Amino acid sequence: MVISEKLDRFFDEKMKEYPTQRSFLVPMLLYTQDELGYLTNEAIAHIAKKVDLTELEVRNVISYYSMLRTKPLGKYHVQVCTNISCMLRGGEEVFEHCKQRLGIGHKQATPDGLFSLEEVECIGACSWAPAVQVNYDFHENLTPEKMDAVLDQYSRKAKQ
Amino acid sequence: MAEPKSITITVDGKSLSAPAGTLLIEACKAVGIEVPSFCYYPGLSLQAACRMCLVRIEKMPKLQTACTVQITDGMVVTSDSDEVRQARKSMIELLLGNHPLDCPVCDAGGECELQDMTFKYGAAESRYMEGKLHKEEQQWSPVVYFDRPRCILCYRCVRACGEGMDVWALGVQNRGSSSVIAPNQGDHLECEECGMCIDICPVGALTSGAYRYKTRPWEMKHVGTICTHCGDGCKTTLGMRRSDTGMDIVRGDNRDKSGINGDFLCIKGRYAFDYFDHKDRLRHPLIRRNGQLTQATWEEALEHVGKRLKEIRDTQGGQAIGVIGSNRTTNEENYLLQKFARTVLGTNNIDHHRTTDFAGFARAITGKQNATATMRDVATASSILLIGNDPTEQHPLLAWNIRSNVRLNRAKLFIVNSRPIKLRRQAAAFLQVPEGRESKFVAFLNGDDTAAGSLTSPAVSNDSLKQVRDQLRGAQDPIIIFGSELRGADIAALVKFGSGVRAMFICLGDYANSRGAADMGLYPDLFPGYVAADGPHNFNEEWGKVPQVKGMDIAGMMQAAKDRKLAALYVVGSNPVTDYSFDPAALQNAFVVVQELFLTETALLAEVVFPAASAYEKAGTFTNTCGDIQLLKKAGEISSVRSDFEIIVRVADRMGADTKKLVPFGKGVHADMGQSRGAQSGEADRHAVWLTANNLDPRLSPFDPMAILDEIQRLVPGYEFSRLNLIAGNDEHVTAAEHSNAGAGNGLVQIVPANDSLFTSGTLGRYSHTLNSVIENRRSTESKEVMAD
Repeated sequence: MVISEKLDRFFDEKMKEYPTQRSFLVPMLLYTQDELGYLTNEAIAHIAKKVDLTELEVRNVISYYSMLRTKPLGKYHVQVCTNISCMLRGGEEVFEHCKQRLGIGHKQATPDGLFSLEEVECIGACSWAPAVQVNYDFHENLTPEKMDAVLDQYSRKAKQ
Repeated sequence: MAEPKSITITVDGKSLSAPAGTLLIEACKAVGIEVPSFCYYPGLSLQAACRMCLVRIEKMPKLQTACTVQITDGMVVTSDSDEVRQARKSMIELLLGNHPLDCPVCDAGGECELQDMTFKYGAAESRYMEGKLHKEEQQWSPVVYFDRPRCILCYRCVRACGEGMDVWALGVQNRGSSSVIAPNQGDHLECEECGMCIDICPVGALTSGAYRYKTRPWEMKHVGTICTHCGDGCKTTLGMRRSDTGMDIVRGDNRDKSGINGDFLCIKGRYAFDYFDHKDRLRHPLIRRNGQLTQATWEEALEHVGKRLKEIRDTQGGQAIGVIGSNRTTNEENYLLQKFARTVLGTNNIDHHRTTDFAGFARAITGKQNATATMRDVATASSILLIGNDPTEQHPLLAWNIRSNVRLNRAKLFIVNSRPIKLRRQAAAFLQVPEGRESKFVAFLNGDDTAAGSLTSPAVSNDSLKQVRDQLRGAQDPIIIFGSELRGADIAALVKFGSGVRAMFICLGDYANSRGAADMGLYPDLFPGYVAADGPHNFNEEWGKVPQVKGMDIAGMMQAAKDRKLAALYVVGSNPVTDYSFDPAALQNAFVVVQELFLTETALLAEVVFPAASAYEKAGTFTNTCGDIQLLKKAGEISSVRSDFEIIVRVADRMGADTKKLVPFGKGVHADMGQSRGAQSGEADRHAVWLTANNLDPRLSPFDPMAILDEIQRLVPGYEFSRLNLIAGNDEHVTAAEHSNAGAGNGLVQIVPANDSLFTSGTLGRYSHTLNSVIENRRSTESKEVMAD
């Protein structure tokens, strides 16, 4: 099975709610990415078949959205916002610090596969800028020091 | 359906009317106001991506795209003003922002829409300081090359491939300025290789492997002629250039959209002309000397054949001679060949490679009015029943017309086939029946409910069969199309059903002029126009004495050859040794003459081989599988080959026949005044036109196919079409089958379907570089993929 049976069943169930099946494509891709970490060739083929599209069409959609990816990232994907509010409050410094600390750049992953880094556009946390999103968790009002603590926390979590 | 209401609008101060629902860009075009566009293409979905068609519409706040706005009553439009021109100029400037200025080496240079627009609207000077994004050119298939930087993202290729071809091999990846056209297999294409994307590309982003870097567009002469491959009869425009040995065909495309194929051409029509200069092409006559085929002069070969055939005829009689005609020679040549056989050789032993039962079809529809559909009808019929065949592979234009009709007009398509053919995706109902049971379905249509038992399967229920029958019974003027799966009595049964619903029929045969071969009487028992050889007919009035008994068909000739009763076999453009498994040993003692382009298995056995011109190298007419007759114009020229027409006349001459009787030339003014000679029309033809204009008889040669066309039109009922229309390059529908008088069939006919795919085409396909490279490429990618697994 390319994706878990549970997820597959969930897709089959949800699909019924869509009058046009291909409209369910983007949610399916997101769920699959969450489960697998990225969209594998097998997963793309599987989903294409489900909504009766060519694999090419599914890839067209994936390449359009920057949040969909076809290559694996780190276990913890650190997304640093540098949009206007965060930039004014030191977001770029946080991003630079992450680069230094992790030794990787934009859209790269650490060799141990633990962390990956991405400079992203607004994540909707302007009131608490600068903000960082790690997977689906938010970390706010950051400074380089606080960022260190956040990263340490994830390192520990990985070892447990 | 009621006609849509007519609406009046004003464009640039001019008042014009068009039906409601018309797009503004089309309404303008209809009255000669040009609104430029890159992405808009008639028949494809709307895109509004290029913003070139911006116009000012009163009471609308911003400039509007004329390609997406439907006209409304009283609309006032400005299509040309400083504001509009400035907008278009800015669009060009943006497009040129990343477009390389490599026009001098670009294939499209000289016929590039972006070049034309830049010329018209300016923007030659760019204000961009940024570097251009360069990407190396990619080869996606043997046919398709992609040059990313030249692409202006109009998405015509994506839509033509997906919507038009139903292949969906091209997509758009990424977004914004980094958008890129992508092939379906990552770095290469897996598709039908039709080349539609290349032809529809407004710039030089997609170029063809067959044509790239060979010439510049203005160095070519263009000749519109008919494709020589399948039976659909697409018009193809050949780009011609002078060469050392005559005229070379450099390119094939469908620039001339007046043909029955409109925008469409498949890989064969576009690229498979390239057999014409294959290194194995026969370029001189061959005579067998000491067991070896050796080069000879035309004089020697003609003399030898004339002498031997005359001897055999005079000593053993015409019944000792067999003639096998061709599915890819012109109507005039086919007619001439059977006339030569019947009047000069004195035999009815004439047949051709039958790929479908056209004779049975003629017997079934004889005497009926409007019983055959044209290829154009297929694009507009409200419902279509397709039994057997796989048009996507064997009749690509037919498949295109069916798809377009379903897409644009919501036509209802019903398919009955033993295989899950690709067109099922367009079908309202697809009934997969066991192989060989197509005739049972016909019986079921005619009300035989017991036949349903042999048709049902888990996928096809009794109810679904009944539903299809009910819908067909209620259909309005449907078109019924069938392949070689139905023959003889089955066709008669189908016609019986169809007559009840005023259906029109198309009988599908393979090869470019198989219908013409049948219409022109390449049958042992039928004269031209499907007239029984042993019945009453008026051919002997013009021709003199003709044999009244039926001759031998190919099977009969094979048997006669085995029994040593066949002294001579005359083969024109056919390969019975392979197609009919004609036993080579049986032919050892027979005098075999072959007119061919290549040394086929049959030609290898011959005593004399004549190098023949291909259909791209001569004038004449082809009748497609629907019965649409079209004019062939001479395009290519290979020195030292001759048309089959000329060879037959010369052989007849050497046999002592009166060529003036064989080809009634010099009568009347129905002459070829160069209209059919394309690139070769020159001094002599202008002279002929002058002669005619001054009421003088044009000089005509016995090799003028138009002289035989006169006779065909005089003697073959159903071929009374407008000559003027034909010569003007239009298609005319002929109805020889409806006017036939074939008598009863003998029931036993040997039909050997060609079963060609998109990438094969009988003998011609074997010598096409492009077709072979596609086949080879598929084989190697398949084996690579197998290895990777």
